[in-house]
Amino acid sequence: MSHFEPWTRERAAAIIAEFAGTKGATMPILHEIQHAFGFVPEAAIPMIADALNLSRAEVYGTVTFYHEFRHELPGRHVVRLCRAEACQSMGGDALAERAEKRLGIKLGETTPDRRVTLEPIYCLGLCATAPSAQVDDRMVGRLTESKLDAILTEAQS
Amino acid sequence: MTIRIYVPIDVAALAVGADEVVSAIQTEALKRGLPVEIVRNGSRGMLWLEPLVEVETPKGRVAFGPVEDTDVPTLFDAGFHEGKGGHKLHIGLTDEHPYLKKQQRLTFARCGITDPRSLEAYKALGGYKGLEKAISIGSEATVEEVFASGLRGRGGAGFPTGIKWRTVAAAKADQKYIVINADEGDSGTFSDRMIMEGDPFVLIEGMTIAGIGVGATYGYVYTRSEYPHAIKAMNDAIAIARKAGLLGKGVAGSKYDFDMEVRMGAGAYVCGEETSLLESLEGKRGLVRAKPPLPALVGAFGKPTVINNVMSMASVPIILSEGGKYYADFGMGRSRGTMPVQLAGNLKYGGLVEIAFGCTLGSLVYDFGGGTLSGRPERAVQVGGPLGAYVPVHQWDTLFDYEAFTAIGAGVGHGGIVLFDDTVNLLKMARFAMEFCAVESCGKCTPCRIGSTRGKETFDKIAAGINVEKNLAIIEDLCQTMRLGSLCALGGMTPFPVESAIKHFPEDFGRKPTLQAAE
Ligand SMILES: Cc1cc2nc3c(=O)[nH]c(=O)nc-3n(C[C@H](O)[C@H](O)[C@H](O)COP(=O)(O)O)c2cc1C
Ligand code: SF4
Ligand code: FES
Repeated sequence: MSHFEPWTRERAAAIIAEFAGTKGATMPILHEIQHAFGFVPEAAIPMIADALNLSRAEVYGTVTFYHEFRHELPGRHVVRLCRAEACQSMGGDALAERAEKRLGIKLGETTPDRRVTLEPIYCLGLCATAPSAQVDDRMVGRLTESKLDAILTEAQS
Repeated sequence: MTIRIYVPIDVAALAVGADEVVSAIQTEALKRGLPVEIVRNGSRGMLWLEPLVEVETPKGRVAFGPVEDTDVPTLFDAGFHEGKGGHKLHIGLTDEHPYLKKQQRLTFARCGITDPRSLEAYKALGGYKGLEKAISIGSEATVEEVFASGLRGRGGAGFPTGIKWRTVAAAKADQKYIVINADEGDSGTFSDRMIMEGDPFVLIEGMTIAGIGVGATYGYVYTRSEYPHAIKAMNDAIAIARKAGLLGKGVAGSKYDFDMEVRMGAGAYVCGEETSLLESLEGKRGLVRAKPPLPALVGAFGKPTVINNVMSMASVPIILSEGGKYYADFGMGRSRGTMPVQLAGNLKYGGLVEIAFGCTLGSLVYDFGGGTLSGRPERAVQVGGPLGAYVPVHQWDTLFDYEAFTAIGAGVGHGGIVLFDDTVNLLKMARFAMEFCAVESCGKCTPCRIGSTRGKETFDKIAAGINVEKNLAIIEDLCQTMRLGSLCALGGMTPFPVESAIKHFPEDFGRKPTLQAAE
């Protein structure tokens, strides 16, 4: 997650071209753009609109509708804590509070040094081994205070 | 002789260290000069035992779990690789485990047994027999077989799958689609994920059969972005099936064409609603569409579309191979067949339980689930995800059946059961239901968009002890407005968890406990 490419129009154009023949290409393109650059840069929106024969407003509307699409670069590590019911039943609330306190930020924020973004997530499908978390691309089940502390320490270093 | 050891690749196992266990086994085997072959299978669904390691023996597969990488040396010391007992993590023959023996696994028949990327293993255990049958009996008879099974949509609404398929089959169009709803956003559910990761060919086969049945030549699996492992497993399996001639032009040498791909959502719960999903698939905001027209007639890209949940579609191959009647012989009343129930939350034995409709909720919680993991008294279960009711203990004799649940003001939903112990605060949960609705609302209807936000704020006042009765009356009003004035079940069913919480757990809302609740 920490190594995103710097924005270039050429790279964005290449991604868009890759999906030119795809039906309903907007979502796959947005995912690929975010995968490359870490977020969906404003400058990509008119490019997508032009390529898919859509208005900018339509593409912008799509980008803003979905929680997953970012409007700025995330921290070097993204820690997501499941806040849905099954994880709540296993003490997810207390873990979320603990993470907020340790990092000095709220869910949905990034530490000032841009090392860690802390996010809520609503279910990872790991509800029988709750509470659950996602650390960059890694899923974590049976989260405990000590596992969480280790995750945060590692992410902050 | 090579020792065959199974370590699941299901993300629930990975999330508790399965990959580390694999490395430890490889290292230890090398050290001891033992020839070991590791198979990465799906999960058996006994999730409290993950990572569940199995060793193949002449008597059958012997299970050990939950295994940590640090346990591996002592496992070898105890002769686990010869299937010997003695180690504290020794469980016995996997197939003899009561958790599995008490189940009726039809849809999950292979999950956890095979390597999900092995087409040979899939076929060896009955895979692609359903497709063979569909090809031999033709389109119309295929749809009728599904109708005869009595299968109802497992995504939540419980609509008869056969009727949906008939509608699409009867529609005239140059192109039709099969769309799979793999958005599985409900907390407490993971059956779609498990099948996609553990037995992806069964979904591919089901979709291909559906394509033959209704005359569709292309399919989409719309999955949530929170499921990267499922997406990878599906993509791998699709490529393998295509290479084997089981997708593409003339599937399995027949006259039918069918191909498919996976599409990814982007963290919007409402995109699990079928018309919102279609909008998203087309690249738009996930605004729910008004019905009619039904997606069956005007669906993906404006074409007639079968849209089914993963579980519904993964049940189709066995319905074809064994016959609709075989499937319908399981279950009760108008709930035919089996339901993959997911036991989650504060449960000792959380996991996947596929069982014929008609057992009691209590038997699922206690006989399978073993009660709370915390060891504290059980207080409530939420059945059917964030739009599902909180069901108090005194109603746990309710039979797991669509109609029986409707009768108590609840729903089966996608089969998720989340258990809470006595530390749960139902006011907090009711507030959460409103908050979740506010966050996830697509914004089209005012009652859902604004009502949920007001509901959340009103609960904050109640929690602070401000005008409790007056504010509870406001909540009641809000629920009524949301129920009547919402286009889809997000706004329309959020009253379920809210009202059930207030009704059955009044003491959490500053009211006197009712007699029943105090039992
Ligand atoms: C807010 C909302 C979320 C939903 N989420 C899902 C979901 O994640 N998966 C699913 O299969 N159905 C979901 N549904 C139900 C679908 O709208 C639809 O009934 C289902 O995909 C039909 O397939 P089935 O007949 O096989 O169940 C949801 C409905 C609503 C209102
Ligand atoms: S009820 Fe809510 S989610 Fe459903 S259509 Fe209306 S605003 Fe959208
Ligand atoms: S509720 Fe947290 S993983 Fe499902």
